[in-house]
Amino acid sequence: MEGHSVYVPKSGFTKWLEARLPIISLTHSSAVAYPVPRNLNYFWTFGAILTMMLVVQIVTGVVLAMHYVPNAKLAFASVEAIMRDVNFGWLLRYMHANGASMFFIAVYIHIFRGMYYGSYKAPREVLWILGVIIFLLMMATAFMGYVLPWGQMSFWGATVITNLFSAFDEIIPGVGTWIVTLLWGGFAVDNPTLNRFFALHYLLPFMLAGVVGLHIWALHHVGQNNPTGVEVKNICKDTVPFTPYATVKDAVGVVFFLILFAWFLFYIPNFMGHADNYIEANPSVTPAHIVPEWYFLPFYAILRAIPSKLGGVLAMFSAVLILAFLPWLDTSKVRSGNYRPVFRVFFWLFVAACVVLGWLGAKPAEGGYTLAAQILTVFYFSYFLIILPLLGLFETPRQLPGSIAEAVLAKKAKRAAPADASVNG
Amino acid sequence: MAETVPSAEPTRRDFLLIATGAVGAVGAAAVAWPFIAQMQPDAATIAAGAPVEVDLTPVAEGQILKLFWRGKLIFVRHRTKAEIESAAKVDVASLRDPQPDSARVKEGHAQWLVVYGNCTHLGCVPLGHQGAYEGWFCPCHGSVFDTSGRIRQGPAPTNLPIPPYTFVSDSKITIG
Ligand code: HEM
Ligand code: FES
Repeated sequence: MEGHSVYVPKSGFTKWLEARLPIISLTHSSAVAYPVPRNLNYFWTFGAILTMMLVVQIVTGVVLAMHYVPNAKLAFASVEAIMRDVNFGWLLRYMHANGASMFFIAVYIHIFRGMYYGSYKAPREVLWILGVIIFLLMMATAFMGYVLPWGQMSFWGATVITNLFSAFDEIIPGVGTWIVTLLWGGFAVDNPTLNRFFALHYLLPFMLAGVVGLHIWALHHVGQNNPTGVEVKNICKDTVPFTPYATVKDAVGVVFFLILFAWFLFYIPNFMGHADNYIEANPSVTPAHIVPEWYFLPFYAILRAIPSKLGGVLAMFSAVLILAFLPWLDTSKVRSGNYRPVFRVFFWLFVAACVVLGWLGAKPAEGGYTLAAQILTVFYFSYFLIILPLLGLFETPRQLPGSIAEAVLAKKAKRAAPADASVNG
Repeated sequence: MAETVPSAEPTRRDFLLIATGAVGAVGAAAVAWPFIAQMQPDAATIAAGAPVEVDLTPVAEGQILKLFWRGKLIFVRHRTKAEIESAAKVDVASLRDPQPDSARVKEGHAQWLVVYGNCTHLGCVPLGHQGAYEGWFCPCHGSVFDTSGRIRQGPAPTNLPIPPYTFVSDSKITIG
């Protein structure tokens, strides 16, 4: 996108460097002059928050790896040593463990933001799909990270999740078992599994960083969406330069997010974990209630809602992958939920369904809980496969503002004259 | 320069292109092979699968012994008369994974049931003497197994599998 200003090197050194590697002008055009819609709200600060969280995870993770031992006999004790013996080890580990949860809180808000404002629609399909890939990589990374402390939840979580692949035996006998043995490097989750999970847990965040780069590249190529969903028409009127406007707003978002993070970190560091993971892995006893980390619970509830093994596994993977098809499933021409009165109702029902599914995922799979999970699973898929395709055809959207600037001015005028009681989203 | 005439006949260049591509593909597959094969169980893991002998004398009637072979959990269950009867009288055709009890034990040793100890759903350890059939109940997603280790209710698709084993004497088995 065309920016608000162009970097011109002035000193001898910057002229010399720019002629060889135009890195200062690249930084300038993407972080200073880059045009940002002037009406962005705080939901748009989650991109910066997520980038920060990735850095937090990598920095704390690399430091933890200096003290952690990826061996089935020593791993549990090494994490306890990090907690008790290593200087500030408790802080670093709590940062990393709670950091993973905070990362997912942010990514869920970020995804729902995109779903509400229609940020996945043309020309942002590739940007959106890169986001889905990031989400998948995050899930793989967090899953393997949770195995590393080698507690009871680590071990049984790893057993249950890797066994998901054995469902493929129901399609071609033997294939599922082959995949599972390949993942384990043995005949059960054991030392070889822990070793390779550690190697991959170290690797994936860097691949994640690479995909984040592509995600931002795509973003800066097509430009940001905004709460009206109306494209930028005039750079001068509709946008402001990234620095200082977005930089400062992002910084405010980051600070508030860090306060929440610090609250978990210093007051309830084990709230989002599970007590059973402070018991060392024991392959002969499964804990009475095995539950995955909270951020996997909605998908886990979908897995358990289906009374067949293969069906459950396919439903669970589809629940994530269906996100990638969202740009083509939503047939409405209007992006923002602010101008779609019926969509808005279904959107919030969808959010509620995800939250309740998450709650159900932590409940025992029996009776009423299973029935509720089944109903919500049907709703989850209907939202994508029936409701969104049909809504676009039947819903009458509200009048869109002519431009971002017009929408901003209308809002200002309304604030100045509160007597005008027309209700506006 | 030689003139290049588009012709229907395959040219020498077409041949070279296809041949190079084919050799390249074989080369890529040959290099990929060790990278995938290294993930399979290594020699030490397989060697840990040497047969184990189990003395059955200390296992009292009604008791379930847990042991490991190749890193996998195995149940050795000393079944009571009532447990054997309830496993035998089931209508085999009505089962999800139809197998008569007699096919799951060694002839003349019906009191000994030897099965893998991980649920065939997603691998949790089912709890013995629990569930509607008092065989096993899996706490993870509610699979119920009978006293023959056969799946009766819940999401598990198959019976608890039987590891390879033989009776060395009436009170001793070798697993593996
Ligand atoms: C996307 C970024 C990452 C996520 C979401 C993530 C997530 C996790 C999670 C959930 C745990 C388990 C924490 C616990 O309950 O103890 C963990 C552990 C661990 N992670 Fe990461 N991680 C990330 C990046 C990294 C990186 C880049 C490294 C190293 C280079 C790393 C090294 C470790 C180590 C050594 C442990 C074991 C120590 C412990 O359990 O605290 N992580 N990770
Ligand atoms: S693992 Fe036993 S029921 Fe799922």
